[in-house]
Amino acid sequence: MEEQDNHIKNQSPEDCEGCPVHSAANLMKLGVDMENWDYVVALAGNPNTGKSTIFNALTGLRQHTGNWPGKTVSRAVGGFEYADSRYKLVDLPGTYSLLATSLDEEVARDFILFGQPDVTVVVVDANRLERNLNLVLQVLEITDRVVVALNLMDEAKRAGKDVDDRRLARDLGVPVVPTVARYHEGMGELLAMVDEVANGKVVAKPYRIKNEPPKLRDASAQLVRQLQSVYPGLPNPRWVALRLLDGDERIIRAIQDGELGDLSQANALAVKPAADLSLEVLG
Amino acid sequence: MNSAQTASANDILALAQKLRREIGADFHEKFVEAVYKDASQIAKRSVRMAGEKAHFNLDSMIDRIVTSRICGFPLMIALFALVFWLTITGANVPSAMLATFLLDTIHPILKELAASIGMAWWLDGILIDGVYLATAWVVSVMLPPMAIFFPLFTLLEDFGYLPRVAFNLDNIFKKSGAHGKQALSMMMGFGCNAAGVISTRIIDSPRERLIAIITNNFALCNGRWPTQILVATIFIGALAPDHLAGLIAAAAVVAIALLGVLITFASNWALSRTILRGKVSTFSLELPPYRPPRILQTLYTSMIDRTIKVLWRAVVFAAPAGAVIWLSANLQIGGISLAEQIINFLNPLGLLIGLNGVILLAFLVAIPANEIVIPTILMLTVLTTGLSGLGAGTGVMFELESGSATLSIVQAGGWTLLTAVNLMLFSLLHNPCSTTIYTIFKETGSAKWTTIAALFPLGLGFLTTFIVAQVWQLFA
Repeated sequence: MEEQDNHIKNQSPEDCEGCPVHSAANLMKLGVDMENWDYVVALAGNPNTGKSTIFNALTGLRQHTGNWPGKTVSRAVGGFEYADSRYKLVDLPGTYSLLATSLDEEVARDFILFGQPDVTVVVVDANRLERNLNLVLQVLEITDRVVVALNLMDEAKRAGKDVDDRRLARDLGVPVVPTVARYHEGMGELLAMVDEVANGKVVAKPYRIKNEPPKLRDASAQLVRQLQSVYPGLPNPRWVALRLLDGDERIIRAIQDGELGDLSQANALAVKPAADLSLEVLG
Repeated sequence: MNSAQTASANDILALAQKLRREIGADFHEKFVEAVYKDASQIAKRSVRMAGEKAHFNLDSMIDRIVTSRICGFPLMIALFALVFWLTITGANVPSAMLATFLLDTIHPILKELAASIGMAWWLDGILIDGVYLATAWVVSVMLPPMAIFFPLFTLLEDFGYLPRVAFNLDNIFKKSGAHGKQALSMMMGFGCNAAGVISTRIIDSPRERLIAIITNNFALCNGRWPTQILVATIFIGALAPDHLAGLIAAAAVVAIALLGVLITFASNWALSRTILRGKVSTFSLELPPYRPPRILQTLYTSMIDRTIKVLWRAVVFAAPAGAVIWLSANLQIGGISLAEQIINFLNPLGLLIGLNGVILLAFLVAIPANEIVIPTILMLTVLTTGLSGLGAGTGVMFELESGSATLSIVQAGGWTLLTAVNLMLFSLLHNPCSTTIYTIFKETGSAKWTTIAALFPLGLGFLTTFIVAQVWQLFA
């Protein structure tokens, strides 16, 4: 494990001793046995970027992985223990965006929004960064607690691409970890980063979409003000405003039946929400 | 939630509606554009092309061949034919070995053991001649082909070939009035229809999703592959000289699978012009890079995830079915066994469609799992023909080391080439198994669509076999 990690970062063995990643060996794969978890981690990302492979690497489960998009259509749930915390890991269906109407996108979107995971890991194909970032930017509109797993680094390298993960982390305002999940490279760093974000040791300054036309910006600002006065604890008023402007039926319903209100209250009281309550979208 | 908040909630919705009118209908496009623009800027800053670009792109060269207009389809058919040929020829020897071991060696030992402890004859019958033999039969018939077929299929999947198949088929799917992604759910259906039905969730439009659900059953599932492979081997393959037998049998199985695909298109076309009318939606299909499969891991997971799982399901259903068959063969009403009475009742209908009462009863028994169709047919045939020297007694699933023994049994049951062809057709075209029907109900939440999905293929099966039988008898 450590050897492979070195392979990525080119560190000397001494560098490893003091670094928290070194303790990656104390990862305990819990499979489906994950009662009494401390944190919930969601795995999101475009189709066919390696979410299920990362899921299997961390939980020790063998969720079927296949080289074609659209293989995971419902959520898979597993658990692992790392640095004395128990984690519940949820593998979401792969999606290109969180805006659209299909059932798999709704499953992913609803979990990130209403399931309120403690950390959302967005798995990104380093070889197709531009298209993958569309999803990252949308996730960042919903939640700050994001770690980007820059996966398939080997394929990017083979295609002659050099992806600067530090630059990307600075631009996105959230941690970015380069990985090659197929060969378990970077899993230690990823775990360490998930742990830090879950424990609030890393404070993100997530990127907000900037290139929107002024008319749109004014409209969303107006809505945000009103949303904030009604739902003071709402973690992502701007995103909700944008969805309302798009006429998103699901969000409109969430406002009408009070689901959004519950969300803001849960957040305001800093009570850990029961992440499973709103999960059963698909039954 | 208090009422003040409800009031404000309505205010928010009202404001949103007002603003929505002001900013116009192109909001969605504007926002998506903004996201793309930002993503592109960020990506440009952090990706650098290192040195010279690769001169030769292997991926796109393979893609040019496997998705080309001329080579695409022939290559696809050849590849699947190769997989079946390997399965059929490779499974023969281990199947015979397993059968010899489980049926010739273990079965007599169990019988002796039962006799030595003085087990009641009926208990001995139910447990050893019913449950044990049914289970042993299913294992020896199914395990070898599955242990070859699933790893091969999974290797193709991991390599990245399946999306290319979808790419090749996409255009036909669209022309037939369905969603291109149905190609993917159909591919899943070739493994298991219940899984195929669940995988239709990737289709956004409810109309196209229903079409995909209803027609998924036309993708031959792994419960039906063994039936097809066995019947093709002993009937169709036997028509050819020995060295070609495997190839001809594989070709027959591929032909049935392709027929299923054609019927899928035809049904799409018919459904989208009658009860499920609507527009075809477009989507973009991403062709993932080819990835060298991790062979050992693939072998392991396809063994555990697919082979063992499917086998376990077959065993779970075969065991009680074995008991039921033994009982129905030994319970007599008015001097005739229950099984024979049902068979006699079904016989006229069966003969009308080129099958017989035994086969229809077997399909009834096999509603929980298509896997046990063939074992049930053989057992019931021996029972009704009173064939001696092969079975150990009434209602016993007996040993069959070779295809020729199977052939002699079914010939005694009055089988002809027509029976074999129609059995293959009916196995492709009949109601989904109970697991799939339940899955369809869960996914659609509608008894009406579940009924349609169950009866539509069954009706089609009766119609097709009827026409084939009538035309055949006209010329024979």
